[in-house]
Amino acid sequence: MKTAVRNYFVFLARSASVAFEGDWRYFTWIGVLFAICLLGLNAYSRQLSEGLVVTGMTDQVSWGVYIANFTFLVGVAAAAVMLVIPVYVYRNEELHDLVIFGELLAVAAILMCLAFVTVDLGRPDRFWHLIPGLGKFNFPGSMLSWDVIVLNGYLLLNVHICGYLLYCRYKNTKPAKWFYIPFVFIGIFWAVSIHTVTAFLYVGLGGRPFWNSAVVGPRFIASAFTAGPAIIILALQVIRRFTTYRVPDKALLTLRSIVQVSMLINLFLLANEVFKEFYTDNLHVASARYLFFGLDGHHALVRWIWTAVTFNIIAMILLALPLSRSLKWLDVACVLAIIGIWIEKGMGLVVPGFIPSPLGEIVEYLPTWNETAVCLGIWAFGFLCYTFFLRMAVPILQGTLNKSNESAAAPAAGIVSVKS
Amino acid sequence: MTTSPPDGAAPPSEPRSMSRRSFLRGSTVMAAGVAAMAAGLAPLRKLSDYGSVDEFLQMHYSELKPEQMKVILERMEREVQRQYGVRPHVRDFKPMNGVEFVYALNLTRCTGCRKCVHACVAENNQSRDPGLEYIRVLKMPNGTFDMEKGDHNYAPESVPEPGFFYMPVQCHQCKNPPCVKVCPVKATWQEPDGITVIDYNWCIGCRYCEAACPYFARRFNFTEPSIPSEKLNPNMSYLGNRPRHKGVMEKCHFCIQRTRAGRYPACLEVCPTGARKFGNILDPDSEVSYILKHKRVFVLKEEVGTLPRFFYYFDV
Repeated sequence: MKTAVRNYFVFLARSASVAFEGDWRYFTWIGVLFAICLLGLNAYSRQLSEGLVVTGMTDQVSWGVYIANFTFLVGVAAAAVMLVIPVYVYRNEELHDLVIFGELLAVAAILMCLAFVTVDLGRPDRFWHLIPGLGKFNFPGSMLSWDVIVLNGYLLLNVHICGYLLYCRYKNTKPAKWFYIPFVFIGIFWAVSIHTVTAFLYVGLGGRPFWNSAVVGPRFIASAFTAGPAIIILALQVIRRFTTYRVPDKALLTLRSIVQVSMLINLFLLANEVFKEFYTDNLHVASARYLFFGLDGHHALVRWIWTAVTFNIIAMILLALPLSRSLKWLDVACVLAIIGIWIEKGMGLVVPGFIPSPLGEIVEYLPTWNETAVCLGIWAFGFLCYTFFLRMAVPILQGTLNKSNESAAAPAAGIVSVKS
Repeated sequence: MTTSPPDGAAPPSEPRSMSRRSFLRGSTVMAAGVAAMAAGLAPLRKLSDYGSVDEFLQMHYSELKPEQMKVILERMEREVQRQYGVRPHVRDFKPMNGVEFVYALNLTRCTGCRKCVHACVAENNQSRDPGLEYIRVLKMPNGTFDMEKGDHNYAPESVPEPGFFYMPVQCHQCKNPPCVKVCPVKATWQEPDGITVIDYNWCIGCRYCEAACPYFARRFNFTEPSIPSEKLNPNMSYLGNRPRHKGVMEKCHFCIQRTRAGRYPACLEVCPTGARKFGNILDPDSEVSYILKHKRVFVLKEEVGTLPRFFYYFDV
């Protein structure tokens, strides 16, 4: 038992030290991310001491980019299952190791989600009121309490699965099926649940007709399964470019077909929503009208939503054409889809729900510089986490960092490999 | 193709010197990192008093025993005295048996003078800078109830203006309150006398209730409230008008410190036209019972199913 614990800590220590090895490009990347994190931390400190008044939020528009980013990133986290399902349900062995990259992305995304909700709190020092048993948890009444459970549960599931598989690979032993396969299958349903629950946060509010629509849940899933795998495609290409890890083209093309189908469904559902709002043309159309065309001379979001729609449609066309079998075009389509969906379901969903206010008042929202800096800081933190995770995972999966070379003098020598 | 690790210049035969060098370098980087971090956190020095350890560990209102509540109320009185130089009387008023409060507002009589708004601010120790108000009065053109056609910022020489009616909106103290349903920590709840209250010491400031409310009744303290000492109302209650801090929600509580002591809400007392009526709906002889029985009353947004305890009616 004692040696088992010791072995595990040696594994952790070695993995951690690998994360701080690399060439100048690696350290520049880490350094830049760290600097942006600090910028965000500085902005957040200002928010802590002065209050949320340093953001663009008001009583009328009481949620802004923090919650928008949170919503988007829950989707990214959920999308990890789009690698899990082909491997564990359809036995596509080529993708097997790539699942770990997807799940590590989910872990990084959930960490960012937790950061985004924390910075949105007026009294983050009272976070313990949310801990079941310790505080006063409004479960099952509040959808936010469901979200706390599903997000943290999803984080634990993914940390367990990747951690266990990587540790087994490190020890060069075969993972015990009973110790991870059940969690993989729970994880598939759990992933859908995290995004459904996040959609229900909005859907459940009868006083906000723009959100109170049954199609928001399915739209969230469809857009998540577009943007998430698109991010994984880009991440895998980065891995391919900057490490010696071989990512087969076939893996990218499998993901391409997922993004393809999801984007079609996503745009179809968006069209449903648009039809219902504008054809009915009752008083509840006000938010949608504000979003797409502006209302009474207020049109802060119009440019954004049309950018999103345009990007999504171009991405859909590119994905539908055989052109995107070429990786360059696939990258273009992915970048467009990611930006389009980030706008559409972040700012394009959260903000118009508040405009006009329930008493018909139009107060517009624009994030302040301080708020933007906090967001950038959290994104940089997420990228930093994911970079570290990949830095540790790649040599373990390649077998260059393993138990048998533990006693070697320079443990990590030779694994820090960069394609030139 | 592999490149060397950063300290790869050291031959592998000298593991000790290499580790010392990388240790030195590592600690330099680490020190620089910590210094940068400290610089980043600098704005925290301005952080005003975030509260004592007692305050941090304070339990939810429903779990406080009477003797604990006594200590807390005394602590709050001391805090208010320190901050404002005024010794207040902070009490924890309990609901009365057989009482369920209801509000009725006569739209025929309301002239839109906003005296209720200002009386509310004065009574309930709302922040003056930034200004925070529980009551919003809409100037509505005759012939519609579409609130998007209402004017929130009307400021003519005199009111009322012909062709308009005025509709004050405040917390409707719903029987089926969406704000209570969505709160993740039960910091807001409905009392037996029908008033939905907030424990300002338990609210985490997520603003989910504000998004859920169909009546725009809730207000958030985006920064530390400020009230001139001479304007402070020293008659305070725990669930009502004691001063709040930044980062928590607040809203109309039917002047709990008055109504639970048998008085009328401040907005009613100040109303020059008698448009506002308040009382116990469980008492068949009360004025509100008479109004609900004999007037054609209605509630705002009945379709959202919130069952408000705030009724509107027209006299003519």
